Amino acid sequence: MSGRVLVGVKRVIDYAVKIRVKPDKSGVVTDGVKHSMNPFCEIAVEEAVKMKEKKLIKEVVAVSCGPQQAQETIRTALAMGADRGIHVEVTGKDYESLGPLQVSKIMAALAKKEDAQLVILGKQAIDDDCNQTGQMTAALLDWPQGTFASEVSFEGNMLKVVREIDGGLETIKINTPAVVTADLRLNTPRYATLPNIMKAKKKKIANMKPADLGVDLTSRLEVLRVDEPPQRQSGMKVETVDDLVAKLKEAGTI
Amino acid sequence: QSTLVVAEHNNDKLTPITLNAITAASKLGGDVSCLVAGTNCAKVVEQISTVHGVKTILVSQHDSYKGSLPEELTPLILAIQKQFSFTHICAGASAFGKNLLPRVAAKLDVAPVSEIIEIKSPDTFVRTIYAGNALSTVKCNEAVKVLTFRGTSFEPAPTEGGSAASEDVASSSPTGVSEWLEQTLTKSDRPELTSAKVVVSGGRGLKSGDNFKLLYNLADKMNAAVGASRAAVDAGYVPNDMQVGQTGKIVAPELYIAVGISGAIQHLAGMKDSKTIVAINKDPEAPIFQVADYGLVADLFKAVPEMTDALNK
Repeated sequence: MSGRVLVGVKRVIDYAVKIRVKPDKSGVVTDGVKHSMNPFCEIAVEEAVKMKEKKLIKEVVAVSCGPQQAQETIRTALAMGADRGIHVEVTGKDYESLGPLQVSKIMAALAKKEDAQLVILGKQAIDDDCNQTGQMTAALLDWPQGTFASEVSFEGNMLKVVREIDGGLETIKINTPAVVTADLRLNTPRYATLPNIMKAKKKKIANMKPADLGVDLTSRLEVLRVDEPPQRQSGMKVETVDDLVAKLKEAGTI
Repeated sequence: QSTLVVAEHNNDKLTPITLNAITAASKLGGDVSCLVAGTNCAKVVEQISTVHGVKTILVSQHDSYKGSLPEELTPLILAIQKQFSFTHICAGASAFGKNLLPRVAAKLDVAPVSEIIEIKSPDTFVRTIYAGNALSTVKCNEAVKVLTFRGTSFEPAPTEGGSAASEDVASSSPTGVSEWLEQTLTKSDRPELTSAKVVVSGGRGLKSGDNFKLLYNLADKMNAAVGASRAAVDAGYVPNDMQVGQTGKIVAPELYIAVGISGAIQHLAGMKDSKTIVAINKDPEAPIFQVADYGLVADLFKAVPEMTDALNK
């Protein structure tokens, strides 16, 4: 076993930013908008770093696909404790159409190249909300998958994963190498401290292109338009509980 | 054109979201087939056989399908696809569907489309992005379309009036790379959150897990399910499976009563398609009031018991 964990980190519009649709309906406004690491990716990084601190694994490699700015996201992962980074540069039209299928091809190629024992990803990104990349990476590698994980532990060369499912939890045991995707309760990600941010500046980020990994970025999904969701009309204020119950009865709701 | 719906079930009962997926599949046009893969699923086959809109049920039984592990079901679906060449393969956008279908799609080298809320045409779909803050219309040019449908966006298919024929398909050879150990489902006598007609949800305003008792009392009067905001879950008041929101469950009941919930974007994404929304909050500025049909600015610790009493009358 290599003891190496690959963690995917995606740069997305910060979760606290109010999303605005572009007037031409081609997408959402991203220029001049604060970006951060996808919150689920932060959880993935934290889990990998914790494994390293417990000496369960040897090295954490943070990967991001995207334009130059993706390096900032990798730096954040390095400041959280990842050992080195890989920036797979995707720009322009390729970046606009970059989806989970293409990213999973990149992740799978890197997992092989780096001889990773484990790939940890967030369960979904808060921009496209796809929830696909981990499952697809596992498929391309023919590895088992422990998705929506709320607890991960090693049992020899196997992983025990507690998964969040509808209505409760499920426990599975999977062989390694494997792909794990992080759900919210897996851990609470740490803040990068100033000394660690300074240290992260010295860590290495390798740069490569998808073609270096033999990955074709052709996408057969086309976004035709992006719209604002229909707005709900705000209703009325009622003064008392009796009023409320009367109104609900009147409306036939109760 | 033909569609395969992968049925979700526990060998005993069909999971309701499959019925919503069957409705969506019928909207695509063409014949609808249903795959039932399990260890001993005759009962589920029987349930689907009368569902309106299903033409054929493909049945595959093997011990390796215990726990519906994607590592075992994917080879089966690929073998079926090779034989039947469906144009669409779909499931409900539940933990099951989301876990399995992307794996199938990657093996077919196609990009899946997840959490579809509207079908524009057999290749064009609407889905939410940014936690429901924008709607994306996507055209899928893949030869095989692999799709998951949001349950609350499609009516369940009627469970009567259908007469599907069932057909056995050979099981795939076990891969043995994963093993299902156990499931712990939260037990409740109340209706299930995502299919309940009335949902009462509590937020940080409840101040403790014990205080959720107020909501349970109200819920029992209305045969309602009880949900919670992420803030209440994060504070440890209630378990995560009660979470309504972008990162939890998406609900769209007839009546949603938000108690002590401020209305963060992430929560609104999970409930704003509810038919009628009631908000009870002591902060008149709480964003939840912007989406509420009826807003009551009041102390929930007084208002909720009062409402429970009023319903007794």
